[in-house]
Amino acid sequence: MKPFSYAKADSPEAAIREVNTEHTRFIAGGTNLLDLMKLQVETPDKLVDISRLPLDEIEEREDGGLTIGALVPNSDLAADRRIIERYETLSRALLAGASGQLRNKASTGGNLLQRTRCYYFYDTASPCNKREPGTGCSAFGGLNRILAVIGTSEHCIATHPSDMAVAMRALDATIITLKRDGDKRRISIHDFYCLPGDTPHIENVLEPGELITHIELPAPVEGARQFYRKVRDRASYAFALVSIAGVVKVEDGRISHAALAFGGLAHMPWRNPDVEAALVGKAPTRDAFEAAADALLDGARGFGDNDFKIPLARRTLLATLRDVTGE
Amino acid sequence: MFGLGDKNSSNSLVMNTAHPDSLLDKGAQDVIGKPISRIDGPLKVSGHAAYAAEYGLANVAYGFLVGSTVGKGKITELHAEVAREVPGVIDVVVDYKTFLRNSQQGGEKKAPTQGVENVDYVGEPVAIVIAETYEAARDAAERVRLAVEYQEQEGRYSFNAYREEAKKPPYNNIPSHYDQGDVEKALAEAPVTLDRTYTTPSQNSAAMEPHASIASWDDDGRLTLYASLQMLSSDRQQLADALGLKLDKVRLVARYVGGGFGSKLGIAPESVAAAIAAKKLGRPVKVVMARQQVFEATVRRSNTEQRIRLGANADGTLTAIAHETICSNLPGEGYFEPAGQSTHFMYGGKNRLITHDLVELDWMLSGSMRAPGEAVGMLALETAMDELAETLGMDPIELRRRNDPDKDPEKNVPYSSRMLTQCMDKGAELFGWSERREALGDRRGDWFHGIGMAGAGRSNILMKSAAKVTVDGQGHAIVETDMTDIGTGTYTILAQIAAEMLGLPIEDVTVHLGDTDAPPGAGSGGSWGATSSGSSVYLACEALQKQIADKMGVEVGAMTLKDGRVIAENRSVPLAELVGDGINATGQVAPGLQAKLTTQASYGAHFAEVAVNAITGETRVVRMLGVFAAGRILNEKTARSQCLGGMTFGIGAALTEEVVHDPRNGKVVNHDLAEYHVPVNADVPALEVHFLDERDVHANPIHAKGIGELGICGAGAAIANAINNAVGVRMRDYPLTLDKLLDQLPPV
Repeated sequence: MKPFSYAKADSPEAAIREVNTEHTRFIAGGTNLLDLMKLQVETPDKLVDISRLPLDEIEEREDGGLTIGALVPNSDLAADRRIIERYETLSRALLAGASGQLRNKASTGGNLLQRTRCYYFYDTASPCNKREPGTGCSAFGGLNRILAVIGTSEHCIATHPSDMAVAMRALDATIITLKRDGDKRRISIHDFYCLPGDTPHIENVLEPGELITHIELPAPVEGARQFYRKVRDRASYAFALVSIAGVVKVEDGRISHAALAFGGLAHMPWRNPDVEAALVGKAPTRDAFEAAADALLDGARGFGDNDFKIPLARRTLLATLRDVTGE
Repeated sequence: MFGLGDKNSSNSLVMNTAHPDSLLDKGAQDVIGKPISRIDGPLKVSGHAAYAAEYGLANVAYGFLVGSTVGKGKITELHAEVAREVPGVIDVVVDYKTFLRNSQQGGEKKAPTQGVENVDYVGEPVAIVIAETYEAARDAAERVRLAVEYQEQEGRYSFNAYREEAKKPPYNNIPSHYDQGDVEKALAEAPVTLDRTYTTPSQNSAAMEPHASIASWDDDGRLTLYASLQMLSSDRQQLADALGLKLDKVRLVARYVGGGFGSKLGIAPESVAAAIAAKKLGRPVKVVMARQQVFEATVRRSNTEQRIRLGANADGTLTAIAHETICSNLPGEGYFEPAGQSTHFMYGGKNRLITHDLVELDWMLSGSMRAPGEAVGMLALETAMDELAETLGMDPIELRRRNDPDKDPEKNVPYSSRMLTQCMDKGAELFGWSERREALGDRRGDWFHGIGMAGAGRSNILMKSAAKVTVDGQGHAIVETDMTDIGTGTYTILAQIAAEMLGLPIEDVTVHLGDTDAPPGAGSGGSWGATSSGSSVYLACEALQKQIADKMGVEVGAMTLKDGRVIAENRSVPLAELVGDGINATGQVAPGLQAKLTTQASYGAHFAEVAVNAITGETRVVRMLGVFAAGRILNEKTARSQCLGGMTFGIGAALTEEVVHDPRNGKVVNHDLAEYHVPVNADVPALEVHFLDERDVHANPIHAKGIGELGICGAGAAIANAINNAVGVRMRDYPLTLDKLLDQLPPV
């Protein structure tokens, strides 16, 4: 860990005022950042501790949705009665992530910003375009079992590790931020994350010093089923090989609403309108499910160790749609 | 040697003959075998048990190792100056000649390979940065690590690329090749044959406590090293040899060890680096390996490729067993993974071939880990037996029963004790084996259920071991030996043995372990710790019984020791009164002819039920049950815990654990506990452990056999066999992860 300066903030405004060095980082739970700092993958020169900001409430919105403070711990969010009853996919996704201890520490805002678990990103002696742009990608020709098969580039095949963010994408969340100039910004989660392209070190659209203060969830879709299915190597404390968060509604024998987001497959929590278009208006049949899987995996490409993710994603999607649209 | 005097006596036993009567069966205290909670437990849960890095030495400096970033090469420039950028850095200590290239194997008396200017694996510690704080040392070490310049050389990083070059390893305690009869001919003539190859990956012990040392030199040039080690007597010899010191100039202290599982049998690179740095600086130096360094620079279990060929008659009687293993190690290292170790004695069959060959690779050192040999050997052998049973259309228990020999099939000597068939029968009854169905015959929703079983066998070993036992003026007993407790329960079982032998409540026995100033114990490894060090305590107490009887003026046999009183001839005298200022004795046990005249092993049987997801191939263990026979059970609770741990490791070996080496430089890619998957709580279902009543009079005077590693032997094979029973798919490339199963599952 490199030496850094440290400041505590007691309000969001104070927090952004403390952003006054070249590499200031906010720290809340620190469950990912501290690990990365120990390994010198992250080397901030200043930490602004935002863990005491009054952003730990979950509030009702007039439209029937919820506003979640960025500092609500993952375990509290998962256990909130309103989340369990109205956003089951989110509660399930949260509980599928990490371990009890980590969920107690991890914040809602920080969870969105988790860095990839690519083995080579964590090893400062290995080339990695995400860690050090221009050095190359060691995952090509190396171990890539947990890495991406969709939306990859020749520069990076990392995956986003969050479970929570996958559910947030299926729920059309909006991220509220405070920018350094004091302006508030609303960012749809669909516009929040970036594909690696030739800038894999840029993972989202946040500007330097921009602070996530809240996450808004719109009102849940009435009468829809929600789910989160995570496939992993261990029963707990393992990142998703493939995960699916979904909100699906069947009316009069036809799928009237489908929102599906995928983890473990791409550089960001993945959502593809074509997948949903293949389902909406159709009867919940094997053909419709296959069409959705075809849309999802169109252009998917494995890199050896992770080839299995393509059939795994297909099988998991087929079975999950079968279950969620069945009686 | 240890304070001989008139109040002293010593009692040595070499196990040349059977020891039919154990005084433990005559004790009146009734504490032996009881499920007593570990006596060091309160210290551990309250944070008062000091582990290696927790000794508070004054003026300590912190060291952090600098690992090589290349897999093969020569250092051309080590830019120590970059460490100076970090405030608090004291020194960068470089000693290319003396630093350890790698850890030492267990029990060796010499230093491991020394010299680090030419590096042989990624992570090889080439220097150490010393600073006033851990954080500064680690920061500077990272800078130095990335600044070392190497002349890179071509390395050997692929097992498959070099497997054809496998060679017979040099002699290494266990013979690497054994050939009996004519296996090829027997296989050609056998009506039923099986020829299968199984592979297991490199694995890591993943002990919770990382390798750590605090080195401190006194004014007389004596080194004290607080360390996390399993076998102090030989570790001390290794360290003295590495540093060119006389043995009496080295003291090791390891009172509490947070798991070893083989990775701490020998000294590791941080020990010598700490000692050299402490000497140079003139102050104590503490070095704790980061988790990544534990994965990269201590010990892995070798990957193995195991070909098993079995020949049998139609009735299942084995006529031929061939178990040929190829494993890997660093250049010049003779250690091989003895995967065929239990194949020698598990089953009958006249024609036998058991071989181990070694491929030199520029991967980190391979050595002992959790039941070296059997743990991965039985993944192969016990799966092959299941496959043979399937081929024969025979119940796998019946197949094993028919091949349960009445004497050792190679040495023509009797087994000291053997209850394999009894374990299988008991397990079958308790588990509900008769409810086993055909493959794919038990689908519940998307989950196929299946059950499987496997036999377990683990060699029993007696090691030379000594202990001193004192009864002080208050009538309390003190046990002293440099034996270690690596989380197994040694403190507790030694206290129980002394309490039973001396007739004391267990609270009146104090056990001091983990200090080479005490008599040399066997150390913890190879499941020999409890039996060997337990026997030494037994022998010391036997001598004390004689002293007590003399003082009482009676024969030993006429005396009862109970609750701190000596009872004989209608007299009951407090022990404290009888011993005056105190008495002591040393006991020493050593292996003898019994090890040759009998074949000694512990046995068991594993049963597992798994659920395999028909869609994704995820395997979850639903329940497991093990029945074990390991001679006298010294403490039913700690013994059970040992078996639970072993079975848990069996789940890991079968389903999740794999060290992955980068094909381009041999580096351990998944070098942390997030990506090296040991089973977590959610992976471990209800585990049931049962013991059969057994005594082994050939093993040692306490009639116990090794149990520490028995639980893992065969456990993973029971899971693999259960998967086959669930979905009708045989996977032979461990761990059995879902990606290997996916394309063999039925369509969605």
